[in-house]
Amino acid sequence: MATPKALIVRAPGTNCDEETQFAFELAGSAAKVIHINRLLENPVLGEDYQILCIPGGFSYGDDIAAGRIFANQFQLFLQDLIHDFKERGKLVLGICNGFQVLIKSGALFGSTEPEATLTWNESGKYDDRWVDLSVTNEHCVFLKGLETMYLPIAHAEGRFVPRSEEQLSRLQTAGQLPLRYSDGSGSDHQLGFPANPNGSIANVAGMCDPSGRLFGMMPHPERFIDRTQHPHWTRKRDLVVGDGLAIFSNAVKYFG
Amino acid sequence: MLWEIDIYPAAGQPDLVARSIASDAPDLGLPDFHLKHARGYLIEGGFSQDQVEEIASRLFADSIVEKTVIGQVGDRDFLANNGDSATLVHVLPKPGVTDAVAESASLAMTELGFPPEAVRTFNKYWISDLSDEEIDVLCEKLLANESIEEIRRGGLSMEQLGHGQAYDFVLQSVAIRNASDEQLKEINRAGQLSLNLVELQTIQQHYRELHRDPTDIELESIAQTWSEHCSHKTLAGRIDYTDENGTMIFDNMLKETIFQSTVDLQEEFGEANWCVSVFKDNAGIVQFDDRFNIAFKVETHNRPSAIEPYGGANTGIGGVIRDTLGTGMGAKPICNTDVFCFADPNTSADQVPDGVLHPRRVMKGVVSGVRDYGNRMGIPTVNGAIYFDDRYIGNPLVFCGNVGILPKDKSFKAPRPGDMIVTIGGRTGRDGIHGATFSSETLNTDSEKLSGGAVQIGNAITEKMVADVLLQARDLDLYTAVTDCGAGGFSSAVGEMGEEIGAEVWLEKAPLKYEGLTYTEIWISEAQERMVVSVPLDNVERLIALCESEGVHADVIGKFEPTGNLVLKYNGIQVGEVSMKFLHDGRPPVVRKATYQPAALQPLSKSSADFSIDLQKILSSLNVASKEWVIRQYDHEVQAGSVIKPLVGVANDGPSDAAVIRPRLDSRRGVVIACGMNPYFGDFDTYHMAASGIDEALRNCVAVGADPDRIAVLDNFCWGNTDRPEMLGSLTRAALACRDYAKAFKTPFISGKDSLKNEFVDTRNQNQRIAIPATLLISAMGQVNSVDHCVSMDLKESGSHLFQLGMTQNEMGGCHWSIVSGASGGQVPRVDAKAAKWLYGKLHQAIENQLVLACHDLSEGGLAVCVAEMSFAGGLGAEIQIDGIEIKGEQSLDEEPVDLDLIRLFSESNSRFVCEVASEQVEAFVSLFDSGQITEIGRVSSGKNLIIRSGDRELVSTAFDELKQAWQRPLDW
Repeated sequence: MATPKALIVRAPGTNCDEETQFAFELAGSAAKVIHINRLLENPVLGEDYQILCIPGGFSYGDDIAAGRIFANQFQLFLQDLIHDFKERGKLVLGICNGFQVLIKSGALFGSTEPEATLTWNESGKYDDRWVDLSVTNEHCVFLKGLETMYLPIAHAEGRFVPRSEEQLSRLQTAGQLPLRYSDGSGSDHQLGFPANPNGSIANVAGMCDPSGRLFGMMPHPERFIDRTQHPHWTRKRDLVVGDGLAIFSNAVKYFG
Repeated sequence: MLWEIDIYPAAGQPDLVARSIASDAPDLGLPDFHLKHARGYLIEGGFSQDQVEEIASRLFADSIVEKTVIGQVGDRDFLANNGDSATLVHVLPKPGVTDAVAESASLAMTELGFPPEAVRTFNKYWISDLSDEEIDVLCEKLLANESIEEIRRGGLSMEQLGHGQAYDFVLQSVAIRNASDEQLKEINRAGQLSLNLVELQTIQQHYRELHRDPTDIELESIAQTWSEHCSHKTLAGRIDYTDENGTMIFDNMLKETIFQSTVDLQEEFGEANWCVSVFKDNAGIVQFDDRFNIAFKVETHNRPSAIEPYGGANTGIGGVIRDTLGTGMGAKPICNTDVFCFADPNTSADQVPDGVLHPRRVMKGVVSGVRDYGNRMGIPTVNGAIYFDDRYIGNPLVFCGNVGILPKDKSFKAPRPGDMIVTIGGRTGRDGIHGATFSSETLNTDSEKLSGGAVQIGNAITEKMVADVLLQARDLDLYTAVTDCGAGGFSSAVGEMGEEIGAEVWLEKAPLKYEGLTYTEIWISEAQERMVVSVPLDNVERLIALCESEGVHADVIGKFEPTGNLVLKYNGIQVGEVSMKFLHDGRPPVVRKATYQPAALQPLSKSSADFSIDLQKILSSLNVASKEWVIRQYDHEVQAGSVIKPLVGVANDGPSDAAVIRPRLDSRRGVVIACGMNPYFGDFDTYHMAASGIDEALRNCVAVGADPDRIAVLDNFCWGNTDRPEMLGSLTRAALACRDYAKAFKTPFISGKDSLKNEFVDTRNQNQRIAIPATLLISAMGQVNSVDHCVSMDLKESGSHLFQLGMTQNEMGGCHWSIVSGASGGQVPRVDAKAAKWLYGKLHQAIENQLVLACHDLSEGGLAVCVAEMSFAGGLGAEIQIDGIEIKGEQSLDEEPVDLDLIRLFSESNSRFVCEVASEQVEAFVSLFDSGQITEIGRVSSGKNLIIRSGDRELVSTAFDELKQAWQRPLDW
């Protein structure tokens, strides 16, 4: 199997780059972390890579709104690079802050009008907790073969809000909302706290573009790679591998 | 032109800020009212309305969830509020206060192609249904903090944003040579120098010998260096200590007690000494594995947090992170700790003294401050504690800790003569002037007004950017030494680094936030997020280029010149010259008397009627109650090394004894972090309080699997005014216990910090003094070989066996049962270090051999609380039989014999655990222990109840869900 190259882009305030790199490498890709300034100086640098990842953190302090300033940089200066990834069958993954960046840069939408956003948690505060997730279709490359996952969220601005009801059904129909917070019952009702930790409309925890190759998710898959990261690992001595690794493995397998 | 953009929640979206304020308002005794919030930006620049609208839609507002009002400042549109007759209030950061969002906005606007001249943020509130006086209360107590923000009623009307004013250089000197003692005191007061008379006279004499007066900057440098905050002159000074055993004379109390015990231990460890650098650098360093060492430091930031809780805690955590970044050649921060002490957050508004913030506001502000800084830095906050006592009302305590990891060969630094002095990171402003001297003063009702300049807001992203480049520069060997700019600013950083060499500083080269700073203000400013490195001339360009490549400022501001003097210049003019020798060794020794008279033992005043109710009361007491509301606001999992989380168990909500992290993703080796503290025991005897604190910190580490032979500890003393002999006496006594128990446990102290004079003087209430209880925080850093062997405290399997380890004594003094029952007297818990050390070794062996399913230490609330927590954390019942627990040291002191079951349930005797052991491992487990140290107390059940019996007597029978609710309810905000 060829070893795909993953480029992890960090900005001032990005803070999950090292563990994300570790996860990509464990999954079998060659991963490199670079500062956004290098990419802004020389955008074609990114064309060497098959996977682009924007990791978690507080890019530019999440000042103004989470991911806004980093998203504007993609929008203003790196449109060609994003276009290259979209058109040449490559993958883009945004985790937490990276999801906020992707959605606010417009990269996940089929139109130029913003279709949805991520805003303040209904609780009004930052929250670190583990959540049950369900995968609602197999359209998204990163979620192939997955049904459920248990992963941590850690954010203040993760409430998914679509522009309108109609927009929501369009996105659902297009398979662009493949990852949902779940209470394990399999029902698709709007869930309350804490199963739906931030009040996301339709329990949305992740969104992909129409191709299924660009994907953003609020939960942190890189934080559940090792069994000892699971909050119940001392209760489940038979745990072997973390649910989160599958996200990275799927990215690698896609190029296999 | 000055433009304003107001941003409101769109129709149908919640007004989260208004909702949060409304939930805090009842503390202020205000009637119900209506509030509407907008955030906003003021933008100065030559833009058109269309351009500002474009900027707003592309940058500032989210069209899906927000709506905007845009215009020039003063437009009538800003005063429209759907026809309601609400009062309009704006809250703006005061000029010079860090406005991180405005800085980022300015950068982002420039990238959009619309560079602004200046940007400032504000909050806007529409308030209905309150009187004018009530609105004042709301503004002052909740919407704004006037030490950093200004409140403006009505619409905004300014025409431009403040820019600094140009500075006209004038060299200032201070005539002290002929000053009388009274005049010296006046110079001290006017300059906020916090020096005492003997020190002032010493400086006077020094300058008489030099035949000149000092310049202001010289005097300031000396005051900063000699401050309690920077030199620990009280505890490192001469102390004549008298207690019931006689008098001891210390030339340097800390050195002869706590430091000495570490020196002795290192000698004892010999070849196997695992301490690397202790009490020297910004943090203590010990060995971790073949390639790395780990460093740990805990700081206090009490006074700033009392005045501005958010900013105080924010810069407290920012400061301690810089401590580890500035340790050795720089350590990578891997986790934070935080411990707070507050008054009861339910205190009624009229019980809060003038000049003091309400404890709930202090608590919320402090938690938000730690949260926003730690989370943004990407450092998990993994361990902490909160203690409540009404004596903290005027002096809340904020302890912030940070652990860092560094390569073994980067653990020491040495600036060289000829190296350039380079500052990296934040710009210098007028913020934080006199923090070092201010922190050495007693707070009073007017502190807020006088000391506003000492309060700051941090910018975590600036510090994160500094950390990112600094660690790269370290690995490229670009510098020879690094330290942080903390208290005292450049004055302390350069003064300390150049102590053995000498330095020349060119003050005009320091990058400023705004114009107008005097050379002295530049020198002593405590502006945040700055590090100082010494850089060989050949590396300067590379270092600056590396910093610039990530948008970080780096500027040469001087040179380490081998003159033995500190020379300060401004635009080529010498403004100060002080010998390093006088600066560092010239301070006259502080000589103090210290006395301690242990209180006579009193019998326990009360017995219990209903153990079930007592148990629930303890679970609901603020110290014991769940801190989940706090913990979940901290990212405790970033860096992906989380092994034992602060909340554990089947529903992720049980109280863990300690945190375990795995700092290297490619290794199984773990770091264990825990703490111990018990101010209540100090009311009985500070010696036993300190011993108990050490024991608690250690047993917390051991409970999750730490190797008891590899635990290092830190001390943080927070005391009342140690100018009083009995205060200093109780502290010295605690330090003696630290010495004794560190040696007995073979647990070295590696770093420490003190904060003295924590007394509040209510100048508007007959100068009533409120001293905090004697508060010693012991923070412990342990290690585990393989994290795969770690244990959590939640019960795992019905049918497994429960054992209590350790000895229970009639030690009810200061215990939580006494507190919730209003009982007094009793023997305070003591520590038998020899027995404990033996037990910890055996327990560790059991955990390493994987014989233990769950382990929890007995602390606040004793056995009853311990098993209750294990039960509800595991979602399993338990049937406990306690009559087999022997009580050591029978109770001759009590007039009427105390109920033995009361002692078994609630005594807080140290060095005890409950372990859950699977049936098939019982034999192997039991065989490890001496019979006196282990008692089988029952089994885990599949039922819903915690049942505790003594013989036939049923003491407790309660559903664990009910116990959990009692424990979760009080702080479930």
